[in-house]
Amino acid sequence: MTEMNLVQAINGTLRSEMQANPDVIVLGEDVGKVGGVFRVTQGLIDEFGADRVIDTPLAEGGIIGTAIGMALYGMRPVPEIQFADFIFPAFDQIVSEAAKFRYRSGGEYTVPMTIRAPVGGGIRGGHYHSQSPEALFIHTAGLKVVCPSNPYDARGLLRSAIRDNDPVLFFEPKRVYRAVKMDVPEDDYAIPLGEAKVVTEGKDVTVIAWGAMLFEAMAAAQEASAQGVQAEVIDLRTLWPVDIDTITESVEKTGRVVIVHEAPKACGFGAELLSLITERSFLSLEAPPLRVTGWDTPFPYTLENEYLPLQHRITPAILDTARY
Amino acid sequence: MHTPEEPAPTNMPDALRAHGVFRVLGDEGRADSATDPKLPLQLVQDIYRAMVRTRVIDQQLERLQRQGRIGFHIGSVGEEACILASAAALRPTDWLLPCYREFGALLWRGFPLQTYVDNMFGNIDDPVQGRQMPDHYTGRKYRFGSVSSPIGTQMTQAVGMAWAAKKKGRDEVVGVFFGDGATSSADFHTAMNFAGVFETPTLFLCRNNRWAISLPSEQQTAAATFAEKGVAYGVHGVRVDGNDALATYRVVREAANRARAGGGPTLIELMTYRVGGHSTSDDPRAYRVQDEVERWRRIDPIKRLREHLVRQHAWDEARERKLVSDTEQELKRCIEASEGKKPPPIESMFEGVFDRQPWHLREQQAQCVSGPRAKARH
Repeated sequence: MTEMNLVQAINGTLRSEMQANPDVIVLGEDVGKVGGVFRVTQGLIDEFGADRVIDTPLAEGGIIGTAIGMALYGMRPVPEIQFADFIFPAFDQIVSEAAKFRYRSGGEYTVPMTIRAPVGGGIRGGHYHSQSPEALFIHTAGLKVVCPSNPYDARGLLRSAIRDNDPVLFFEPKRVYRAVKMDVPEDDYAIPLGEAKVVTEGKDVTVIAWGAMLFEAMAAAQEASAQGVQAEVIDLRTLWPVDIDTITESVEKTGRVVIVHEAPKACGFGAELLSLITERSFLSLEAPPLRVTGWDTPFPYTLENEYLPLQHRITPAILDTARY
Repeated sequence: MHTPEEPAPTNMPDALRAHGVFRVLGDEGRADSATDPKLPLQLVQDIYRAMVRTRVIDQQLERLQRQGRIGFHIGSVGEEACILASAAALRPTDWLLPCYREFGALLWRGFPLQTYVDNMFGNIDDPVQGRQMPDHYTGRKYRFGSVSSPIGTQMTQAVGMAWAAKKKGRDEVVGVFFGDGATSSADFHTAMNFAGVFETPTLFLCRNNRWAISLPSEQQTAAATFAEKGVAYGVHGVRVDGNDALATYRVVREAANRARAGGGPTLIELMTYRVGGHSTSDDPRAYRVQDEVERWRRIDPIKRLREHLVRQHAWDEARERKLVSDTEQELKRCIEASEGKKPPPIESMFEGVFDRQPWHLREQQAQCVSGPRAKARH
């Protein structure tokens, strides 16, 4: 066991996967000598050289397009998009190409590629360094979407993502990068994609969250328990394909649900989760499900703490639904 | 590149008479001895046969579309030299990533015509299970890519593949086809830039057929040529008479050799002409004058290579008639076989989205299979 933060956990997993498989390479803007703007790839270039830790020209479409080409050829590229907000020049390559190659080619071509990108607010980054675009990729058939909340999960999930035979978007909550430290095993454990985790058990309300908001949800659950409401908090970990069984099991126990995410409310992933829950567990519901999300505005700079679905908004939602 | 000594064929469109267009074939099929790649006669005959076969298939498929027997076709009439000679100039171990007008190159690689037609019909024997519209084929076994409709996306992928081949120390080259329209796409610029910076063994095969649906190449760029765009990226650029199979072969082969030897990528502007519409859904009479089409027909790539072979007594009318008739018969048999085949099973729609089928697709598959059936036929 070693105590490490999210940055160190991801860095260590990249290192061990690159050691284990010469087809695993890292490419992106400033990922080499400087080790990425968040230093997640720091030191990899010293161990693996500039041929496997590639500083690319500044073009996200080029990073993902060439990474797809490498994957088609049989490699397992792990491209980095510096901020998820900058992924859109590569959107066409991800949506029209990576997501569809297996299907459109009858399985002849596959794209085993893991796109890493920091997501979320809370670092005073304004519109373009704060967004959470997961729903756009969940909506696209053929993509898997992962968002760990802590170093332990990040290590196990990144290993599974890199070894997965389909394209995976691996979203890293940048607010957690250095904020959370925990003991992490150094062995090559993997956490299967598609398995959520119940992080706090409770009988009254199900709270679903992921990434940085998991900690806000946990704090809110703690606050609610002081008022006699026992919330069960689920960390989705893999957003798509989502672990529907863990969700329905919990909702059918509590009959009440609160979903928390940073992305805007309209067509956010919460909307899909609520549809799945009502389709499956309608008769178990005791109260209208609630969403605590970012507002349907662009991500603001000065007022980001009013935009984000932080503890101060989650606790009342838990109590409201419990007392409905 | 050599400066052609042979004068341009008379009546050649002005674009092709421009300085710096590499050419071998002149009037009446004469090859310029200074530039002639002097290919074995057998190879030239093979390329010629493939060009004619491609033309015949194009014409027949267009007819079938008009009869309502197939839904769509996107053809290559007039562009056979630049497609087939490019394919022929590469090694079987090299990769070819298509735009969507290069079924001729796929067949050259040995892809069965029956499979091409099954793909067109999207039937049960289509290797991609009817998931794509006609002329969106895949041929990994033949080191041939997978067609997608968005313009230019294959270019950055071609750079990535070539880059991977280089990293693995294999002497493979990746050729990527695209039209003049695609040179305006973001992928063209990023692909050229990445290829230049990382010196990947990529051949950018730009079929400048002068029309991107209704937009003439003069409105696609303010640059005098497409080849000169290579300069901005440190990528070698060359213009070749794309209606001249011998010139195309030579330019592509030399660029491939240079790439193989570590000399990096080349942008090859294959100057040709889209004689037909953009696809069977297009009527070019709405935006271009017939006189222009006729000028290009006079330097038809098949006609020019045939004249060259006839000069050497390596081709004649009887062989031509037999080739055309054999191809027509072969295609007719394939069409008849394809028309009788069933559509892919409904279950297949939910397969192959991921390596392993997740719960939501399993659920939707069961819902769809046990649910009501669409009234329209497949």
